[in-house]
Amino acid sequence: MISPDSDIHVRVRGLRFSFGPRVIYDGVDLDIPRGKITAILGPSGTGKTTLLRLIGGQWRPKSGSIEVDGVNVHKQSRSQLFELRKRMGLLFQSGALLTDLSVFENVAFPLREHTDLPESMIRDLVLMNLEAVGLRGARELYPEQISGGMSRRVALARAIALEPALIMFDEPFTGQDPISMGVLIRLVRTLNKAQGLTSIIVSHDVKEVLSISDYAYVISGGKVLDHGTPEAIRASRSEYAQQFLHGRPDGPVPFHYKASKNYADDLLESVE
Amino acid sequence: MSRGSNILAEFLRGLGQATFFLLTIVRALPGALLRPRLIVQQLYHVGVLSLIIIVISGSFVGMILALQGYRTLSHFGATSTLGVFVSFVVVRELAPVVTALLFAGRAGSALAAEIGLMKATDQLSGMEMMAVDPVKRVIAPRFLAALIAMPLLTSIFAVMAIGVAGGHLIGVDLLGVDQGTYWGQIHAELRPHDVVESLIKSLFFGIVIAWISVYQGYFAAPTSEGVSRATTSTVVVSSLIVVGLDFVLTAFMFR
Ligand SMILES: Nc1ncnc2c1ncn2[C@@H]1O[C@H](COP(=O)(O)OP(=O)(O)OP(=O)(O)O)[C@@H](O)[C@H]1O
Ligand SMILES: [Mg+2]
Repeated sequence: MISPDSDIHVRVRGLRFSFGPRVIYDGVDLDIPRGKITAILGPSGTGKTTLLRLIGGQWRPKSGSIEVDGVNVHKQSRSQLFELRKRMGLLFQSGALLTDLSVFENVAFPLREHTDLPESMIRDLVLMNLEAVGLRGARELYPEQISGGMSRRVALARAIALEPALIMFDEPFTGQDPISMGVLIRLVRTLNKAQGLTSIIVSHDVKEVLSISDYAYVISGGKVLDHGTPEAIRASRSEYAQQFLHGRPDGPVPFHYKASKNYADDLLESVE
Repeated sequence: MSRGSNILAEFLRGLGQATFFLLTIVRALPGALLRPRLIVQQLYHVGVLSLIIIVISGSFVGMILALQGYRTLSHFGATSTLGVFVSFVVVRELAPVVTALLFAGRAGSALAAEIGLMKATDQLSGMEMMAVDPVKRVIAPRFLAALIAMPLLTSIFAVMAIGVAGGHLIGVDLLGVDQGTYWGQIHAELRPHDVVESLIKSLFFGIVIAWISVYQGYFAAPTSEGVSRATTSTVVVSSLIVVGLDFVLTAFMFR
């Protein structure tokens, strides 16, 4: 696909995965270039979140391999996997903040767990990261006292606290107003430029994500439908990509979750 | 037949999973001991917050025993042995068992619900992704705190039931048993190993309740229904095992 081996941060080969009988991935190859922002686009329910969890080693593929920094994620012992994860951040779709800790303590959590930094240093780092997401003033609040969009920003501050080399964002822009969205987009780009962070962004906000990403994959139905630079994706003549970019309900990407009967039969079927 | 064997298979699978989980927890305990702050925090949640219910129940159980005991003992003109009667029943049986049942209802259910909700809201997988092992960070301190809390709460229950408010209040202050006799008889008859056996029982019950509640929470289905089922199962299963185990332990101790 792109560039030589060492430039590939995450390499996915022949990935197959299913939940029971429901096939989520059916032979997928992906290369996530190092130090770049890669977008993963795809309709709701395709398995984007699942892909991030597979890369993070939370779930195990049925077959195929996922390598991060040349290391097969699913062939590691638990402690090796944890070492790998210290260099990986995953921003959950839900934020996944610890509800018994304040905003400040949530961001401090990975620092306290993994470093022996003095309290004053932790405080500075936490405040810097909270400032970056515009929530320094909310540090005393608890997760139940902040909105969904704010939670996700706190989660972002927490995810970058340990300065990971790879960060995966699951729908970071959902629930953000245009101003915070702009700030977050700039933040992601700054992190990427300043620290050479590899970013994977899963999102529905196609326009915004394509505007900051260096490369993009369009996935649907367990396959990679299209990939390339944002320009290439925008210009792509592939029906799939076009349908997705322009949000049309009809086309090769089905809007409907697969049903066993057609709609008319389902409605006409008499109730026993 | 096949339904029966299904239930059996399900039960054995659960038992295997729970046993394996217990081993994982035990392996995480030394690490947890190095972070006493987390344990103290949990001791507050499972221990201190259970105090009120333990103190009140202990007092009432002692008062009831004194009333009942006094009536029966007075038939034999043996009311001076009231202290022995109350303290034997309390120390050997009621303190560990009633404390365990109350503890399962108050602290065990809370633990299961808390852990189940953390799971349902991705907090546990969030930790995993931050390379923090939830068994070490969340489960082990709670497990240890429950273990430590049980014998302490049992002792408090016993003290309330025999001395402070329970048997002493009714027997000595109300029914007029001589205070010196009340305590003297207890001192003469209650042997140290009665107390030790009582604490051993409570420790066993603590292990059972701690194990069941963290297991139920950790393996709860990540839904509201799953969490509610985990909470209920914790109380039901712990209570049944506590009474069954009490019989076994008692049989061993009074051979
Ligand atoms: N724990 C699970 N058990 C069974 N099926 C699941 C589970 N989690 C997800 N799925 C199924 O896997 C599919 C992919 O889920 P996933 O969360 O990865 O989708 P997604 O692409 O992230 O969607 P969205 O954009 O809406 O977040 C869904 O169709 C869902 O039904
Ligand atoms: Mg998702």
